[in-house]
Amino acid sequence: MAREKAIEVTVNGITHRKTVSVRTSLADFLRDHLYLTGTHIGCEHGVCGACTVSVNGKAVRSCLMLAVQADAKQITTIEGLRDENGEWNEMQKAFFENFALQCGYCTPGFLTSAIELLRENPDPSEAEIREYLSGNICRCSGYQAIIDAVQAAAAATRAQRQA
Amino acid sequence: MKAPWFEYYAPATLDEALKMLGDADLDGRVLAGGQSLMPMLNLRVADPAMLVDINGIPGLDGIEENADTLSVGALVRHADILNSPAVRARWPLLAEAVTQVAHPAIRNRGTVCGSVAHNDPAAEAPSILATLDGTVIIASAEGRRELPAEEFSQGMLSTALEPGEMVVGLRYRRPPEGTGSGFVEFARRLGDFAIAGAAALLTMRDGVCERARLTILGMGDGPVRACEAEDMLTGKTLANGAAREAFEAAAAAVKAAVDPAEDVHATSGYRRHLTGVMTIRALEKALARAGGGE
Ligand SMILES: Cc1cc2nc3c(=O)[nH]c(=O)nc-3n(C[C@H](O)[C@H](O)[C@H](O)COP(=O)(O)OP(=O)(O)OC[C@H]3O[C@@H](n4cnc5c(N)ncnc54)[C@H](O)[C@@H]3O)c2cc1C
Ligand code: FES
Ligand code: FES
Repeated sequence: MAREKAIEVTVNGITHRKTVSVRTSLADFLRDHLYLTGTHIGCEHGVCGACTVSVNGKAVRSCLMLAVQADAKQITTIEGLRDENGEWNEMQKAFFENFALQCGYCTPGFLTSAIELLRENPDPSEAEIREYLSGNICRCSGYQAIIDAVQAAAAATRAQRQA
Repeated sequence: MKAPWFEYYAPATLDEALKMLGDADLDGRVLAGGQSLMPMLNLRVADPAMLVDINGIPGLDGIEENADTLSVGALVRHADILNSPAVRARWPLLAEAVTQVAHPAIRNRGTVCGSVAHNDPAAEAPSILATLDGTVIIASAEGRRELPAEEFSQGMLSTALEPGEMVVGLRYRRPPEGTGSGFVEFARRLGDFAIAGAAALLTMRDGVCERARLTILGMGDGPVRACEAEDMLTGKTLANGAAREAFEAAAAAVKAAVDPAEDVHATSGYRRHLTGVMTIRALEKALARAGGGE
């Protein structure tokens, strides 16, 4: 039982073996050990949603998970959202086209949450989108453009599936 | 801020975890979903010597239903409750309350047992356990015991858990046939902790209330069973428009009985007022779902 532990974590398809301090959060591990600084830290107590990443396919607050708890897990961060051709996914395109970000600080967390929402519910109502994203705070955009973007991404994804 | 130093231990079995927790020299603390403990560590209001991470222990993630009860293991997340067809179909009070717990990413990690063990006065899980006459299943290296929710809760953020013990499950009791349920809470933003809330069960037969359960949350001391209001409702005719008066009387009794805390979110008076409003709404919902009492 040491204060350091060796872990093996797969992030955006690449497996990393690292030794970390047991008190290091997953957010700090991603940023300071893997230099994936797209995961942002706003509050470190779960309130703002900026640090939200996907762990084994589920949205999780990376500030409230220890790096050692990510051992043997699959993680997707904002850096891993592009498709195999290097193109933005539908949600990224929709955020860009609908001006759903200004400073961009909250955006990685919003994208992760919004992508999980569409996975669970491909055709959410405006109320459902607002409810689902209630745990992500944006200090710039006023939210409406984000809602528009999620609706646009949902429509584009549905159209693709039908095609 | 960043968490203080601690030792970290992730036992592979429950026995191993209980052994670690039972060793007083280690000063171990259970880490379940981490959705309350990690903020406390990062804010440095908690400083345990060792975290005992129970996430890798098999057999703690079950949701089991039988004729009279629903049992939930220590690793059942809030999201698992919402994804359980059995809970959604037959335990509407629990499902309705959990939709109001935090936000999706927090519900993906946070556990129902962790919420009961934490016993935040504004949390939904402890009040639902009390309303459904639930019990807390507790284990230690010495053995097991089971405590009713009301004995388990010992006020704000404190419980009857002894050093070396952990919660391994919760057991909810199925309400009688003919029961309708209602859960309502008031929060500034969806998913925030409730400023005030109420959970109600009404068992109706031929327009008469045979049994009532009413629990108030957000008052500062853990869930509060409104026994006086329950007694006032029991035996009352609630059909044909008689409900309004009965519910208002119950709400008045609740408001007189509670002693709400005052904090940055609300004054004591505002909380008391909201408690009355929440009581009436929860009872109205419960009555409608019991078939309007007709
Ligand atoms: C932004 C935010 C908003 C939130 N909003 C709400 C809300 O609206 N309503 C609400 O109810 N909750 C809310 N929560 C808290 C959330 O519900 C937590 O999941 C829950 O309170 C604790 O469960 P956990 O599994 O995460 O426990 P942990 O954080 O792992 O543990 C919490 C405490 O309980 C102890 N503990 C945990 N499990 C056990 C066990 N099996 N046996 C003994 N002790 C145990 C731990 O040692 C610790 O002291 C919120 C959290 C955040 C970060
Ligand atoms: S930094 Fe994790 S929720 Fe704010
Ligand atoms: S775009 Fe600046 S915080 Fe959301």
